[in-house]
Amino acid sequence: MRVAQASRSDQRAERSLGALSCAILAIVLGMVAFVVMKAWPSFSHNGLAFFGSGGNVDRQLGAIFDSPADPRHYEYTLRAWPLIYATALTTAVAIGLGLVVSTLTAIFIVEFAPGRLRRILEPVVRLLAAVPSVIYGLIGILVLVPFVGDHLITTERKASVIYVVQLSGSSLLVACLILTVMVTPIMIAIIVDALRAVPRGWTEGAAALGVNRWRTVWTISVHASRPAIVAAAVLATARALGEAIMLSMVSGSVGFSPNPLDGITFFLEPVRPLAATIVDNAEGLSVKPFGQMIYAFAALLLLSSLVLSIGGWAAKQPLKRYGVRV
Amino acid sequence: MDEMTVPPVRRIALDHEPTVVLPPVNGNGPAQAPAGLARRRPAEPIPVRDRMALNGLSVRYGDQVAVRGVSLNVRQGEVLALIGPSGCGKTTLLRTLNRLTELTPEARRDGRIVLDGEDVDGLDVTELRRRVTMVFQQPNPFPMSVFDNVAYALREQARKRPGRAALAAPVEQALRRAGLWEEVGEDLARPALRLSGGQQQRLCIARALAARPEVLLLDEPCSALDPLSTAVIEDLVVELRRDLAIVIVTHNLQQAARIADRVAFMYLGELIEEGAAAQVFGAPRVTRTRDYVRGAFG
Amino acid sequence: MAAVAPQRTAAREPTSTWRLGDRAALTACWACGLALCALAAAICVFMLVKGLQYLRPELLWTHPVSGADQAGSGGFLDPMIGTVVLTSLGTVLSLPLGVGVAVWVVEYGRPGWLARAVESAVEVIAGTPSIVLAIFGLLLFQQKVLGFLSFQAAGGAVFGRSFFAAGAMMSLIALPLVFASTREALQSVPQHVREASYALGKTRIATIRRVLLPAARPGIATGTALGMGRIAGDTAIVVILLGATLQLSPADGPPLVRDLKGTGSTLTSYVYNNSPAGEGNAAEKAYAAAFVLLGIVIALNLVIDRISRRGGALSWTR
Repeated sequence: MRVAQASRSDQRAERSLGALSCAILAIVLGMVAFVVMKAWPSFSHNGLAFFGSGGNVDRQLGAIFDSPADPRHYEYTLRAWPLIYATALTTAVAIGLGLVVSTLTAIFIVEFAPGRLRRILEPVVRLLAAVPSVIYGLIGILVLVPFVGDHLITTERKASVIYVVQLSGSSLLVACLILTVMVTPIMIAIIVDALRAVPRGWTEGAAALGVNRWRTVWTISVHASRPAIVAAAVLATARALGEAIMLSMVSGSVGFSPNPLDGITFFLEPVRPLAATIVDNAEGLSVKPFGQMIYAFAALLLLSSLVLSIGGWAAKQPLKRYGVRV
Repeated sequence: MDEMTVPPVRRIALDHEPTVVLPPVNGNGPAQAPAGLARRRPAEPIPVRDRMALNGLSVRYGDQVAVRGVSLNVRQGEVLALIGPSGCGKTTLLRTLNRLTELTPEARRDGRIVLDGEDVDGLDVTELRRRVTMVFQQPNPFPMSVFDNVAYALREQARKRPGRAALAAPVEQALRRAGLWEEVGEDLARPALRLSGGQQQRLCIARALAARPEVLLLDEPCSALDPLSTAVIEDLVVELRRDLAIVIVTHNLQQAARIADRVAFMYLGELIEEGAAAQVFGAPRVTRTRDYVRGAFG
Repeated sequence: MAAVAPQRTAAREPTSTWRLGDRAALTACWACGLALCALAAAICVFMLVKGLQYLRPELLWTHPVSGADQAGSGGFLDPMIGTVVLTSLGTVLSLPLGVGVAVWVVEYGRPGWLARAVESAVEVIAGTPSIVLAIFGLLLFQQKVLGFLSFQAAGGAVFGRSFFAAGAMMSLIALPLVFASTREALQSVPQHVREASYALGKTRIATIRRVLLPAARPGIATGTALGMGRIAGDTAIVVILLGATLQLSPADGPPLVRDLKGTGSTLTSYVYNNSPAGEGNAAEKAYAAAFVLLGIVIALNLVIDRISRRGGALSWTR
């Protein structure tokens, strides 16, 4: 009868551990469901115009916050395009710049760095990844923002856009720079692993054909590591989208869409990404329509990260064809 | 180099009795070159021309000596086979010829290697490897299409990147010389890793030939392949020696007997004996060579 | 020809014959590598200088003075305690959760589609921004049914912000790291070890408890330390779910529980609030607290290094 008892304890264990795992699944499904449900009124009242532009988004936020207590007179009007645009802009610049820097640094670590420098670079990358975002924000707001404000924003530049927006040091430039620094270590770690995993037969074969070291690493190793680079970019994008604290400290918290036609001033204009907006306005959650709008922003971020996971998986499929490791 | 004729693709007839001759065992056997060798030799003699010369070459990995004072000549128009038991330094010697040992940080080299009269150390190493290319033991086609594999060297070595149209002709010629054109010619965009083992190795040979090298180094190219593919590649090697100097490292004495014109026997890093294949296999001068060739060790 | 003296074979080829584009790329690689080193050095040196400038030892054991303006007296003992408490709570919650789910996925995992769904769910959590987790946590803990975990006002409104709430969400932050490390550690135990244990008549769960989990201990420890590092550095959840009171403000109930039901702050939220972005205006206190925080995080990372290096060689594979 010991056998029957043994299998019973096994069954119990399997069931309880299975229940635990289902709980995790339930939490995730519940999270998506609840956030979208809570956000629904804000979306439904605005329709697709939620994503459009029109009016000053900061003023709209204030109006929603000041909604009268009567549910029939709740204020919902919001045109969130400046916020979405700011999120997309900061993320795109940070990932673009970050990919270039990460790939070059990863190639440097794997191929060209002398021994001592290579041994220093590994802890350096880990250190940069471990620094909390609030410290990056602190350095940004106490060092970079005054620097930009004093040295890069001249009075003429300020005057040129004074009718539209106030230029202080908190700007797109500082936000993108620090965000790039934050996402680069993640990508470097993944790309270095991928470059090191390229089979020696390929790199030796290319060297034996008389191709120089840079071209070998670029056309063979980096080419074979493309899925890993995609995965790194997806991971970094998820991190950049969700960065709230650092961006709320340095990006200026003004719901403004910088105009690329402004030239250099484009980078000096303040922005307000979605995640930073949530952090800034978290106290207003008790006001019902305001709270629903915050949930709407959270729903947008959640759905984007879901789409990113699926997109990252899908991007790797065609590359399996040529025998590239995924 | 003058115009090359494209060799016909050899078809292996399965009902043909292969005339392979085993080397003499335990003192028995003929003293002259066995008749079976004639099968893979074209009738007319090929003009021979000096290409590379090694002079007192020694290679060390840290404290361990891999190659000790080797002097050899490599000539176009003949196949030089390096034979010897495991660990005798033949692969190291081969890899020194195109300075591939420099990829290993602890490697040190003494002695002189000369290519067409120029000291190899005076040449840029990528230039050297263009003229002296190598095919490895494990077929290592890149994770790209067949076309991209063969065109790789041409694309990466040119000053200005040639267009696809300009590359089509050299790629086809290289594939024909490697005897692979018939099999892959219709679909050059096929991924190279989908080819069979023998086809992959021939692709690697085509890839090496595409840049018009002067010397071809082969490191046990057939050891991972089945006998059919091996036969095809051996035919190929014998055809190619007309235009290139070929050095092949092989574990397989029968293979050396089939395709080599000259044979160099190495043991523990030293060159024990070197000479015409018929002489080294039939009437070796040194006792150790005789023992090895007769299967007493190795 | 006379033999030349032994040459040192060059480990790298001279780049003089490379194309201009290739040489520019090589320069760019060097520039990126050196810039990253310079950046890390700059951050460390800057924080060190500012920290030593503004950190006075009494800050470490003085309670903060309540009120928005921190520039005067008052230290950050409460935020430090808050960091320790929150990190411990989050880790204690995430450890059994992460290990349990990993064990189920690797050792049981039936039905197959459910195991894959669970793995995807953990990945979704890993990719979710912490601000979204914070908002969801608020939504969750403001439900009446979970009111016992935080303040409950007289009118029935649940405050929803407490150490419990923040700790629960922090455990979700650490969960994917613990899960991934445990899964990797379990998968690297060779199959013959399990088979040997079953052949001796041990049940699956006994094998897991007595054989596999001890073997996976270094991996689990690494994952836990990684999770702790992430929890210690997270600010968004603290700002939203910890109630933003400078000092620890316990609620009612038995001694330890009332502290956990109460609100407080951590080093991260303290730095945030004292920077120009928050209400406080005490940049010096912010620097001092940031210095301590960075020290804690670096110390945690050194611990991770030590664990993962020691636990690398599994004894069976020798």
